[in-house]
Amino acid sequence: MGVDRRQFLKITGLSALAGLGGKTAFELLAPGKVEAALPLMEGKRWAMVIDMRGMTEEIMKKCREACHRVHNVPEFDDPKVEIKWIWEEDFTHAFPDQEQGNEYVADKDEHRNFLLLCNHCSNPPCCRVCPTGATWQREDGIVMMDWHRCIGCRFCMAGCPFGSRSFNWGDPRLAPKELNPDFPTNLEFPTRTKGVVEKCTFCDERLAKGQLPACVETANKIKNDTLIFGDLADPESNVRQALRKHFTIRRKAELGTGPNVYYII
Amino acid sequence: MLDRAIKGGPKYWGWLIFLLVMMTIGFGCYLYQFKVGLRVTGMSRDVSWGLYISQLTYLVGIAASGVMVVLPFYLHDYKAFGRLTILGEFMAIVAVLMCGLFVMVDLGQVTRVLNIIMYPHPKSILFWDMIVLNVYMLLNLLIGWNVLAAERKGIHYQTWVKVLIYISIPWAFSIHTVTAFLYSGLPGRHFWLTAIMAPRFLASAFCSGPALLLLICLIVRKVSKFDPGEKQIRTLGGIIAYAFVLNIFFFLMEIFTSFYSQIPGHMNTFEYLFVGLDGYGKLVPWMWAFVVASVVALILLIVPATRRKEDTLLVACIAVIVATWIDKGLGLIIGGFIPNPFEKVFEYWPTTPEILITLGIYATGFFVLTVLFKMAVSIKEEVGA
Repeated sequence: MGVDRRQFLKITGLSALAGLGGKTAFELLAPGKVEAALPLMEGKRWAMVIDMRGMTEEIMKKCREACHRVHNVPEFDDPKVEIKWIWEEDFTHAFPDQEQGNEYVADKDEHRNFLLLCNHCSNPPCCRVCPTGATWQREDGIVMMDWHRCIGCRFCMAGCPFGSRSFNWGDPRLAPKELNPDFPTNLEFPTRTKGVVEKCTFCDERLAKGQLPACVETANKIKNDTLIFGDLADPESNVRQALRKHFTIRRKAELGTGPNVYYII
Repeated sequence: MLDRAIKGGPKYWGWLIFLLVMMTIGFGCYLYQFKVGLRVTGMSRDVSWGLYISQLTYLVGIAASGVMVVLPFYLHDYKAFGRLTILGEFMAIVAVLMCGLFVMVDLGQVTRVLNIIMYPHPKSILFWDMIVLNVYMLLNLLIGWNVLAAERKGIHYQTWVKVLIYISIPWAFSIHTVTAFLYSGLPGRHFWLTAIMAPRFLASAFCSGPALLLLICLIVRKVSKFDPGEKQIRTLGGIIAYAFVLNIFFFLMEIFTSFYSQIPGHMNTFEYLFVGLDGYGKLVPWMWAFVVASVVALILLIVPATRRKEDTLLVACIAVIVATWIDKGLGLIIGGFIPNPFEKVFEYWPTTPEILITLGIYATGFFVLTVLFKMAVSIKEEVGA
């Protein structure tokens, strides 16, 4: 937000007249700028590069557990009602188009699992079809969810070609106790209500605090640079460098939704 | 005018009480669903729309078909349909009413439904569907009521009603076109991603709706002095025949494109529906019932002798309703989700509460339809039309 000295004095002056404190005026001028020193507030097009060369089953499992713990995603062990923000899927099903195009796939890839999550598409069909704007694209590219505005029509689930969205078919707090002994697992994060759609948000709440997404942090603790998170709009960013160096694939790129999760094979 | 609806014999009241019982059962099941959530239905993460949205799709067609009696009368001055237009309009009102109820019961957070209006998003086809359906219901309510009231008083209806009638004709086409756009504009759902979806929707609407109307007319003739007329029935038969042939023609075009191109994504759902996929095939018997009903309907409708004979036309109408219902009220929406985005098959089948809620909404529709038709027919009997 560009504000010159004159405007600054005008607004702070008016705020003082209106009885607002100095901090409020500052917030009015530049909301969130307090944390601006942290690079994770500055992204214009967040993206993730997943390096499958160093990926292991253990890392994927840890990522899933960390994500689902941080975001209070309950475990159901039932494909009918399950909720998934990040999960494992084998090559054939993660890339059905590639599987049909390449009859013979390298042994190392054919039966291994890939880590899947919301692609935070550049041209997201889910946001286009949402009748209330409960799911929308932020200026930094993140496809967000407002769980208080969602009416549960599930049009976004029909619109998403990646199966990245889950619906709360029942109250998540009533998920089986034996599978979720300490649910809700994170009291800092809201649990959803029944009847709304949810999905990965690239950990917007952590980015706001200058932290990397939970999955990225977890994976990199085990093996550095397995998950690379950064800004595609910046040509010198870590993700752009990784994409320059390696051949990558994206899920169903031919549909034109512009997925922002890349896989180094 | 509504007073006519409370004068009826024991059969009339028995029918209404039966419907009330069905409505109560459905409402009870809905309260259960409201409390527990949509997990009481058969829908899943993979098949996220089921029987409810399928019925919405089918009933938008029934609503749109009212235009098939309105259009010949007002645009072609086909006088014979004069006595049927009101029935077509009332059927449209009831169909849209049921559509609205099916959307409501399908929502996860029904108490927030007004968010569609408070935070309108014109990019969403659902927003436009809400608008076209509600306006269409309002149009038919205003037209039907005023035309009937004028008829009762023995006067000609006002000029502004005529304007609304002219608006309602293209509007009927719009409701089913927009409903088709709900599905045909989604990337990654190969079964729905087809430009012929809207024309096919209209074709199936213009046979299923008149078939239902004809069926109801024959029932009305049995229980009242109102006669839809031999000429009218014959014309309706012709309309149903043309629309049903078109519907099947469009369907076969889909089959050709999918199977001659041999693109797996385009063939998979058809395979699931008609022969089963990866060993799953819950809808296979239904889809073959659709084929049998379609063949029966085609023969009876195309052969002039059977189309003009009332008993065989009646059978044809039932076959048309069965075929179009299986096609649109079952296969089309559920099939669109199978296989899922991972090319896996996860099947769907409605649960008992889901079926009872569905029947409850149909009972509500038939309740309102009975009351409206009773009113219309009583007035027509009085004025001797």
